[in-house]
Amino acid sequence: MSVRTKELIALGVISLFALIFYLGKVWGWGTFEFPTLLSFIVMAFIGLSLLWILILTLKGRLIERRVVFVYVGFAVALPLFMSFSQKITISPEVYQLHEAIMELPAGSKVLISFDYDPPSAPELQPMAESIIRVCFERDLKVIVMGLWPQGPQQANLALERVFEDSAILAKNLQYGEDYVNLGFQAGNEFVIQRMGSSFESMFSSDYEGTPYREIPLVRNVRNFSNVDFSVNLSAGFPGTVEWVQIAVDRYGLLMGAGNTAVQAPVMYAYLNAGQLEGLLGGMSGAAEFEAVAEYRAKGTKFMLSQTFAHVVVIAFIIIGNVAFFRSGRKSKLKGN
Amino acid sequence: MRQEIPLLITAIVGIGFVIQYFIPHWPFGKMSDWFSDWFSIVGACAIILGALNLLKVSIEKTYRRKEDWGYAAVIIASFLLMTIIGIAEGRGFRNPGTSFDWLYNFVYIPLSATMFAILAFFVASASYRAFRARNFEATLLLIAAFFVMIGRVPVGHTLSSFMPIGWQLSDLASWVMTVPQAAGQRAIMIGIGLGIVSTSLRIILGLERAHIGGGK
Repeated sequence: MSVRTKELIALGVISLFALIFYLGKVWGWGTFEFPTLLSFIVMAFIGLSLLWILILTLKGRLIERRVVFVYVGFAVALPLFMSFSQKITISPEVYQLHEAIMELPAGSKVLISFDYDPPSAPELQPMAESIIRVCFERDLKVIVMGLWPQGPQQANLALERVFEDSAILAKNLQYGEDYVNLGFQAGNEFVIQRMGSSFESMFSSDYEGTPYREIPLVRNVRNFSNVDFSVNLSAGFPGTVEWVQIAVDRYGLLMGAGNTAVQAPVMYAYLNAGQLEGLLGGMSGAAEFEAVAEYRAKGTKFMLSQTFAHVVVIAFIIIGNVAFFRSGRKSKLKGN
Repeated sequence: MRQEIPLLITAIVGIGFVIQYFIPHWPFGKMSDWFSDWFSIVGACAIILGALNLLKVSIEKTYRRKEDWGYAAVIIASFLLMTIIGIAEGRGFRNPGTSFDWLYNFVYIPLSATMFAILAFFVASASYRAFRARNFEATLLLIAAFFVMIGRVPVGHTLSSFMPIGWQLSDLASWVMTVPQAAGQRAIMIGIGLGIVSTSLRIILGLERAHIGGGK
């Protein structure tokens, strides 16, 4: 079988799965879950097969990287159909962000900047939804914007999801009075700098095209001094680093951040220095925020996949090192 | 003059920006606002320029049947499809229920997420093949990675729940992130900051001329 034929078969299988999931979403099929016994059998099978690979490695038979790909694929996909509940430990930085939002009095204005695009949405979208939900529950006013072109559209998706909750819907929140989407503005960190003196100069109208001065929520918001708190959800440049360096350091804005797991380690320096009022890092940050907000949603559900993936990667690191030490010892013996 | 005028502009703008940071009052504050406005205008134009350049390169590649021209053809088709639908739907093209919104939700988002998700496979494969305890430093990194990976997921807490609080795997992962990792990051950031300051000063003072094609 040629490589091109294999590629076409793989594309066909992926397309078939995509079509099934799409139809399921459009026709409102319920979520499919494995029975608990089947979940345990799947877990046991994965665990035993990893043990078998370890034994094979000890015997000197190495596995191909395609086997690793298959395991990672199963480790990520299968837990989506399982319903185990995990005890989520809340990190101090996640607790700090939640507390900072909870301490704001009702009516406070919270600026949320969506500085990411769909590739990072699996990590950041659950954070966005939870943060907006907490803000609405606390009767805070939410102003969203984006330094990335797709940010405002991600914000709308998050708002749509939050409004699916009947408790939030019952509050009868009005666009323009309780929340507003200012849209995207090009210019990276210069947008932040200009917002320090005038929001209106950067956002002459909102996402819908309504002039800035005609929006009741932001009519009196001139610059950062009229914003009580802000949250930056970022996947790179421009993102949290630029917000800290300009809005926090220069204009004294209080800010918390949600970052992808890859980017989060950089932010700990800002967190330790007190420049960030809390930090959510990756999927675990999203799940922890859901736990502290007592609302289990996508972050918590996806965390099971993350757990499986981490365990599988650790298992393969151990297997790889076993192979390394075994081959090293063998070559040493040969040398002797 | 071809070199002197750009160097003069660079020096004036550079010094102006440094001053406005420390003295945000008139005329420096106003000057900063002008620069920021102009940067946004140039940034918006650059987005259009970038998109048109991508289209031009893709058309050329497809027309000349260069290697992998099929991907370029897909770029052209996707570009035109999104643009035509966006223009046809008018100002509210991004509103829920529009064709543009459908394409964004059911084509763009899944495709982008898929591309990013491939990273997991490469990370796992690379970890298996290259993450080896070859020497002391690599072993230290391996141990730290183990604690962070297992401590950052709930199973880590479950496995070490018998340990006293503060010594559980999640606590160790938090310690690694907030103490040695943050110290390393801070050192890197300070190093980068100093590098930026020295390079900026060299450019402002005209000692560094590579950006205007004038050698060192």
